[in-house]
Amino acid sequence: MSLQAAGQRPAIARLFTLLRPTPSPVLLVAASLPVLLVLVPLGVTVVKAFNLGAEEAARLLFRPLVGELLLHTLAIAAAAAAASALIGTAAAWFVERTHLPGRRVWAVLVAVPLAVPAFITSYAWVSLSASLQDFAGALLVVTSAYYPLVYLPVAAALRGMDPAVEETARSLGCSPAASFFRVVLPQLRPALFGCMLLVTLDVLAEFGAFSLLRFRTFTTQIYAEYRTGFNGAGASLLSAVLIFLCLICLLAELKVRGGARYGRLGRGTRRTVARHELGGAKLPVLAGFLLLIALTLGLPLGMILFWLTQHGSAASTPVAPAPLLLLAATANSLGLGLAGAALTTLIALPLGFLATRHRGPLVTFLERAAYLAQGVPGIVIALAIVSLTVHALRPLYQTTGLLLLAYAILFLPLALVSVRSALIQAQPNLEDAGRALGLGRLAVIHRVVLPLAAPGLGAAGAMVFISVVTELTTTLLLAPIGTRTLATQVWADTSTLAFAAAAPFAGLLVLISLASSWLLASFFGRSGLLGTTPSGRL
Amino acid sequence: MAGEPTLTLYSAQHEQTVDMLIADFEKETGIQVRVHTGEGPEIASQLLEEGKDSPADVYFTENSPELMLLEKKGLLAKVDPATLAEVPRRYSSPKGDWVAVLARENVLAYNPSLIKSDQLPSSLLDLAGPAWKGKVAIAPTDADFLPLVSAVEALKGRDAALQWLKGLKDNAQIFDDEEGVIAAVERGTVAMGIINNYYWDRLNTETGGKIKSQLYHFGHGDVGALVNVSGAGVLKTAPYPQAAQRFLAYLVSERAQRLLAGGKVNFEYPLRPGVAPDPLLKPFDQLEPPALDIGELGDDSDAGKLLQEAGLL
Repeated sequence: MSLQAAGQRPAIARLFTLLRPTPSPVLLVAASLPVLLVLVPLGVTVVKAFNLGAEEAARLLFRPLVGELLLHTLAIAAAAAAASALIGTAAAWFVERTHLPGRRVWAVLVAVPLAVPAFITSYAWVSLSASLQDFAGALLVVTSAYYPLVYLPVAAALRGMDPAVEETARSLGCSPAASFFRVVLPQLRPALFGCMLLVTLDVLAEFGAFSLLRFRTFTTQIYAEYRTGFNGAGASLLSAVLIFLCLICLLAELKVRGGARYGRLGRGTRRTVARHELGGAKLPVLAGFLLLIALTLGLPLGMILFWLTQHGSAASTPVAPAPLLLLAATANSLGLGLAGAALTTLIALPLGFLATRHRGPLVTFLERAAYLAQGVPGIVIALAIVSLTVHALRPLYQTTGLLLLAYAILFLPLALVSVRSALIQAQPNLEDAGRALGLGRLAVIHRVVLPLAAPGLGAAGAMVFISVVTELTTTLLLAPIGTRTLATQVWADTSTLAFAAAAPFAGLLVLISLASSWLLASFFGRSGLLGTTPSGRL
Repeated sequence: MAGEPTLTLYSAQHEQTVDMLIADFEKETGIQVRVHTGEGPEIASQLLEEGKDSPADVYFTENSPELMLLEKKGLLAKVDPATLAEVPRRYSSPKGDWVAVLARENVLAYNPSLIKSDQLPSSLLDLAGPAWKGKVAIAPTDADFLPLVSAVEALKGRDAALQWLKGLKDNAQIFDDEEGVIAAVERGTVAMGIINNYYWDRLNTETGGKIKSQLYHFGHGDVGALVNVSGAGVLKTAPYPQAAQRFLAYLVSERAQRLLAGGKVNFEYPLRPGVAPDPLLKPFDQLEPPALDIGELGDDSDAGKLLQEAGLL
């Protein structure tokens, strides 16, 4: 990774010298619109919370329940981040640094749980045994779902690391363990901290998994308040607290990512890294990998298969033929996924264009503001949109368009990352060449920029597609009357303990997610998988 | 398409139940129904917020107080007298603004491996006492819990209700909904849980009868034996009032009530005379609910505040 970054830097530097100083007003407006979309739900939530008045706000904020939620939420986030760091780093080191038998297969299998939404894992465990409905169960489920967020970047960092330092350590007498802790780990630290903060952010925003596990956190309580009062101020206040926690994480993550970096400056070919022999540890390590995959992949998929074969009398509704509902839900999920992917990529384009072709304080502000959406959980965005549209923007209320807009807000940062790097690939001097050869501004975009950027834009769309299909919270709150998706159906059935009824929906959802992640990964490389987290964070 | 109404149903009933009903209703009448599902209080507040712009024709919910709230705010149209006459009049709106459809009993689920049946409390109010610390589970944010709070307040007064809730707060394990409560009792992490009867019946069905927990009926007019009424009303602003009235008439018709009683999906008591409930349920005429009529139970407007004051919400 550091090698790549080092290799690209001169190109980017060249590019910056070509930047046009003043963007056209049309581009500025087009790029500002998505940012406005991101800022509106934030603003609505904060204003609603402030409208409570100091006394009422203090009463709601300082009730014992909020302290309890804070404790629950922070404890599970911290524990999940630590557990994910441990498992993700260990798995990455064994795959990248030892002669682990079958490591190419393990390398893929260990990453796959990322494509299984956390609430599906949650459904599987809950339907296995109700005794998992506490802290330990919650930790098990979110760690299963989110440890690949650590594994993938750490494995990439290990691959990109200069083996010379490790070899030197070994030659100076360090054992494999000592060289890991004294040489490898310090180099991994920036990547590792960044990943842990991402896991924390995801756990703070997680709703479906905790809701099915009956584990109370801020998100589940916000939903509970919504259920007892629809548009209540209490939910906004809790949302404001949650946003605050998330933004702290986001800022810390930005700081870590921008901070210390271990790079290799030379562009020469690296030697392949010397792998350690596992020796007597081979069997225990293999057993560990087997256990990890059994718990994170085998069990969720196995439980779905098990429930598919069960025909409990509550498995399907007697009159409404379940296949029809299954078909409708699948069509809705796919349709929303495609439309959401198209819309999100489209509105990310002008912003990506602006960010890669121009600079200045306004450009920096717009880009950073767009990334703010990463720190706003889906449930908060959805609630803000409900309160805004129920009165003020009435014609939009309960429409598919509104749901798509919510997806666009939620997944804009995800799309923007890919769109941005795609547009960097299409270098501006090629545009200049096009213009010099007589093409108009739009023709240049159509004939030069888009063909060059197409693969990256495709990756952006694919990642948003997967994220939309596996999205639960926003869909639950904003889906138009009568619209059910695979995700909402799994949720509805599992909430009423109808595990067998949920199974076909869960199975199809996982199938779509796995298949599209596999396509994405085989077209765009393994880093493409990184984007497919359930909440769509990169 | 013109003239073919599509009814918009705001439902707080269980999704499986409503799916079953509307499929049958569509078959019988040819009237299409689209459903918006949520929790009772959520949908009631949503209807209040939407006001005259609401697309809803019918509101079908699990607990009478939510309907009483809409009635008080003047959102409901009068129900056809013929529809009201199909079920015992005392369960429906005193003013005739909504009709009762089904009923449920509030019960105590317990795990026999943790507590013997003869050790169970004789009254719901006892559970606030120090003897029950850590032994009971509740779901204060479940729509079915609010009417219980309202009932205690109506029968014993506000102060007593608050004291009771504070005692529960000290004693109880808290869950998001009553499905969570019954699951916890079933797995044995808590000895008892306050639920409506059908959560247990549904778990019983889903486990194929291999259920470990048992039901305890408070009986003898104790507030804990409260009977909750599911009902439905037509919105004054309904785009299709006639089709909406037809849907209400369908809900209390023998056909629908038999479907509801025998579907192994719902496990509520059909209120139409002559339709027998699921055999899993204790016979309706053997229940001993507290002396409290629908009007006295009220609209839950104070229940949420009481829960917050007690630290449960």
